Parts: sequence; structure tokens; C-alpha cells
Amino acid sequence: MPASWRRRWQHLRHDRRAALLAWLVMAVVLVLLPFVTGGLLGRSWVRIVDFALLYIMLALGLNIVVGYAGLLDLGYIAFYAVGAYLYALLASPQFGLHWPVWAILPLGAMLAAGFGVLLGAPTLKLRGDYLAIVTLGFGEIIRIFLTNLNAPINITNGPQGVSLIDPIAIGGFSLGETQSLLGITLPSTYTYYYLFLALSLAIVFISIRLQDSRIGRAWVAIREDEVAAAAMGINTRNVKLLAFAMGASFAGVSGGLFAGFQGFISPESFTLFESIIVLCMIVLGGMGNIAGVVLGALLITIFPEALRYLGDVQQWLFGHVLVDPNDLRLLVFGLALVLVMIFRPAGLLPSVRRRREFSADESVLSQEQASLYDTRR
Amino acid sequence: MLTVENVSKHFGGLVALDHVSLAVHAGEIFGLIGPNGAGKTTLFNVITALYEPDSGGVRLRTQMLSGRKPHEVVQHGLARTFQNIRLFANMTALENVMVGRHVRTNAGVFGAILRDRATRAEEQATTRRAQELLDYVGIGRHAHQLARNMAYGDQRRLEIARALATDPVVLALDEPAAGMNPSETESLMTLLSRLRADGVTILLIEHDMRLVMGLCDRVLVLDYGKKIAEGAPAVVRGDARVIEAYLGSVPT
Repeated sequence: MPASWRRRWQHLRHDRRAALLAWLVMAVVLVLLPFVTGGLLGRSWVRIVDFALLYIMLALGLNIVVGYAGLLDLGYIAFYAVGAYLYALLASPQFGLHWPVWAILPLGAMLAAGFGVLLGAPTLKLRGDYLAIVTLGFGEIIRIFLTNLNAPINITNGPQGVSLIDPIAIGGFSLGETQSLLGITLPSTYTYYYLFLALSLAIVFISIRLQDSRIGRAWVAIREDEVAAAAMGINTRNVKLLAFAMGASFAGVSGGLFAGFQGFISPESFTLFESIIVLCMIVLGGMGNIAGVVLGALLITIFPEALRYLGDVQQWLFGHVLVDPNDLRLLVFGLALVLVMIFRPAGLLPSVRRRREFSADESVLSQEQASLYDTRR
Repeated sequence: MLTVENVSKHFGGLVALDHVSLAVHAGEIFGLIGPNGAGKTTLFNVITALYEPDSGGVRLRTQMLSGRKPHEVVQHGLARTFQNIRLFANMTALENVMVGRHVRTNAGVFGAILRDRATRAEEQATTRRAQELLDYVGIGRHAHQLARNMAYGDQRRLEIARALATDPVVLALDEPAAGMNPSETESLMTLLSRLRADGVTILLIEHDMRLVMGLCDRVLVLDYGKKIAEGAPAVVRGDARVIEAYLGSVPT
């Protein structure tokens, strides 16, 4: 990029009016997005965007555990399940309860946070691979637990899952039905979009605030060098549990929204594969960087859906479908992941720290600096 | 101020520390010297609760330190640096020192999210104090440099600044002058004298005899985990057992 352009960009970055304009444009885009998407691509695409927002919340939650604190959690989807099942059990015919969403979501966040502490506590002395395997195990345990909690008392309705879950209703306004506001028709996917957008923005806001705080620094310190962090007075046990709890609480909220949105949940939605997909989102997008994580979540949700059109693309190119798009989807998706890992191993939008961690010089330097002498308990 | 009472530590069959006792008085600079492998860093690790002693205990003023967790030791006022520098490599110098302030501040998750007045005031105070400490140790101008990009001597100073951020009453320095040339060692000695004058008690492990002789009020010599001499540096230097430990016995 020529020097004059770079200077102009730097100038623009710090220009207040330009920043305000950018915010305004983004706000307008976000408000109009469902209408544009629905109009151009059809309503099913708005539903895909809604799911993307749920995944953004999940990814930001996992970002706290893996990206900030450096704790490799492969069982994260268990907290999503906790939030979803809580909502399902409190707002469906399962127990005949129909609690309002503003009561269930905070409860879901807290319950998920509690599970975060529960699952995190035994892992505190573990590092790296061992931590990953144990969290993976816990994730699976939760799923199997939920699948089997239908006898002797039927709590979760087992593998059949819970259906007829109440849609989310805000102030008498049910998001499950098409609504009309100021003469504009808002189908259910649109109204859910605005709710999910609001909560996603709240979670982005919380993530930003946490990053630049005493707790955020403690998380990075633990990730960088846990022994040194403890030697500087950080209560590593509590700070790690806090990371698990905060990350889990985001998943708990997202899970509750998912249950209300989809109207039906079953243990099949909370498999190991889902945990790994969320992890992919933050690794590909750029671990530790909020914008990167959001981008990763969007791409990984939307890309496979866009690949469904490969049937049409083949029609257009060859006149007929050569390979079933469903088979092709996963192949292309996998290929895309591999390519990103080869050419941008730190992620598409890595945090400045992460990019440094991955530079070639850095790996030589870190090996030089690593020493045999390490103090451990 | 700091007392080590009859501490022993084994690693399987290896006796790393054998009934070691010492007492560091308030306001002094106490040197811990001895050949490599004598158990000096092991003793440090016992003092800072990274290891638990097999027998004996460590006391800071009236508080028992042994049996506690490392972060509690810092809370009580004992901070350390490491023999092989353990900075937070990908954080800036300022951020490293700010992490040191963690134990003396208490903003939690809600403070972080809401950024209420108290939290903001605390953050500002933390940043200010961190910059002050960087200036104090002489690397103020490198505040926004990444720790891993800093010159070696500056990294050592940064580690000291970070330890000072915890407001310690005793500072335990593990080979602070390792790898330094004479003029760097000179500036380090000035810094440590200043710390002593400002009321910080210092316990240090060192191999650089010029620093030990020039700065320490008292020294203790360890060899194979046992104390072989203790006292004023000039006296210890002449002790036959010390000379034998460092230089070997005179061949007959």
C-alpha cells in the first residue's frame, strides 16, 4: 500500500467525524439487514443469519476461555445445552411451566456459569492436551446425561428431546408469529434477528470491557506463564474458574435463545462436533480478537449454507449436476479450513498478540527461551 | 523479618536442602551464594511456596509462609524474580508491571464491565503506579515495548519492577545480575542500594562476587544443600570451607 494511502488511513482512523459516520453506516446496515437479505435471498437466509448470531455469542464465550485465558475447552457446547434445556423445561408442556424469557435467560446464564465452575474445577492442574481431553469428556458426559434423564422420572424426555417449546415473547409480543410494526410486516425470523442482534452486541460490549481490565490482564498473564502469574500474586484457581464461568454464561444465554427460537431441542444438537465447530470459529477467525471471532462465526455458519448452491453453480457451468452438492459442501468446507490454516495460521483477523505468537522468528525465539529448569509444584 | 527454620527438601533420593536455617533482618540485603546445584533456587522456591518443604518452615514476620499457596505469599509481602527471566513475553512492559498490581487491587468482573467510577480510578492509579515503577528502575521510556523485544538488561529490570508492583516488604531476587556486563552490574547495584534505602528488604542469589561483596550486608553459603558459612561478606570470603567449595581443595 503506497505511503500516502497509509497516512490517509491512519488519519481517518483517528478522525472523530469519520468514526461517527462509520458507526452510523454500520447501524443502518444492521437495522436493514434482514429486509435486504430476505428480499434478495429469501427468508430462509434470514434464519441462517439468526443462527449466525447465536454462534457469534457462543464463539465470544469460548473466546474468553480459549482466547483470553488460554484454556483449551473441547466440551463447551455442554453449557449451550444447559441453557437450552433450562429454557425448554421452564417454557414448554414438559412440566407445564411457561416462564417468561426475562426470567429464564438470567437463570440460564447463572446455571451455565455454575456448570462452568463445576467442569472447570477438576481441570485446574491440567495443561494443554490433558485439559482438552478432560473437558471433551465432560462435554460428552453432559450430553449423555441429558439423553438418559428420562427414567425413572422423565426430566429431559431423553433422545426424543423437548418439543413445543414456547417461542420467546417480549411484553406480550410473541416473536414466533409474524408481527406488524408501523405498517411494516416483520416475520418471526426478522424479530428474532433484532433480539439476537441486541444480545450479541451486549456480549461484544462485555467482551471488549473484559479484555481491557484487571481480570483481562490476569487471564493473559495466566496464558503467558502460569507459574509467573501465581508468583505475582494472581489466584490462578479463581481466575481460571472465572474464565470458565463467564464463557459458560454466554453459552447459557445463547442456548436459551436457541430453544425458544427453534421450538424443539434434543441431545443431538449438542454433540462434540458442535464444540469443535465453535472452536474452529475462533481459531479460524482469530483467537483473542473480538472482530476476528465474529468474522469466524459468520463465515463458518454462512459458508456451508452458501455451498448448498453448488448444485446451481454446476448447472450453470456444466449444464447438469456432476457431484451432489451435499457431498461437495463438506469437502469444500474442509478444504477451505485447510487453506486458511496453511496461509493464515494465526486466523483471518488475529489479535496483535496472536500474530506475534505465530511469526516464524517467534517460534525460534520461544524455543531458545524455553528452558529445562521450570519450577512446578 | 524473614526466617527460614530448619528447612529440608528431598527430590526422591536427592537431598536438595538439608536443615537450612537463616534469618533476614529488616532493611538489609542478604546474599545467598554457593556453587551451582547447591540448592539456592530450591530454597527460593520453598520460601515462595512453589515447593513445600519436607520439614521445617518459613516465616515472614509473624506469618507462616510454608503450606500456603504462592499467591498468598505475595499477598503477605514477599515477591520474587526468576533465574531465567519469566516475563509475560507478549505483553508490554507497562502491562507486565500492571499485572503486578493485581494483588493490591480488587476490581472484579462487574467493575470491568460497568467501569464505574471506583474501577476507573483504580485503573488509572494502576497505570500511573506502573509507569512510576518503570521510571524507578530506569526503563520508563520502554513502557510500550513488548517484553520479549526488550534488551536483556532491561528485561531483568522489568522483572524487578513487576515484583515491586506487588508492594513487597521482602524482595527475593534470583541471580539479578546474571548475563550482565560490569557497567550493567554497576547500575543494578545502584538500583538495589536505592531499594534498600527506600526500606525494601532484599534476599538475593548471586554468583557475581563483586555485587555480593559490594552490596550484601550478610551472606550465607550453601553447598550440597547444607549451610557451610554465614556472616559478613568479608569474613565469609576468607572461610576455608567456602574456598574449598568454590575452588576445590588444594591438591597435595
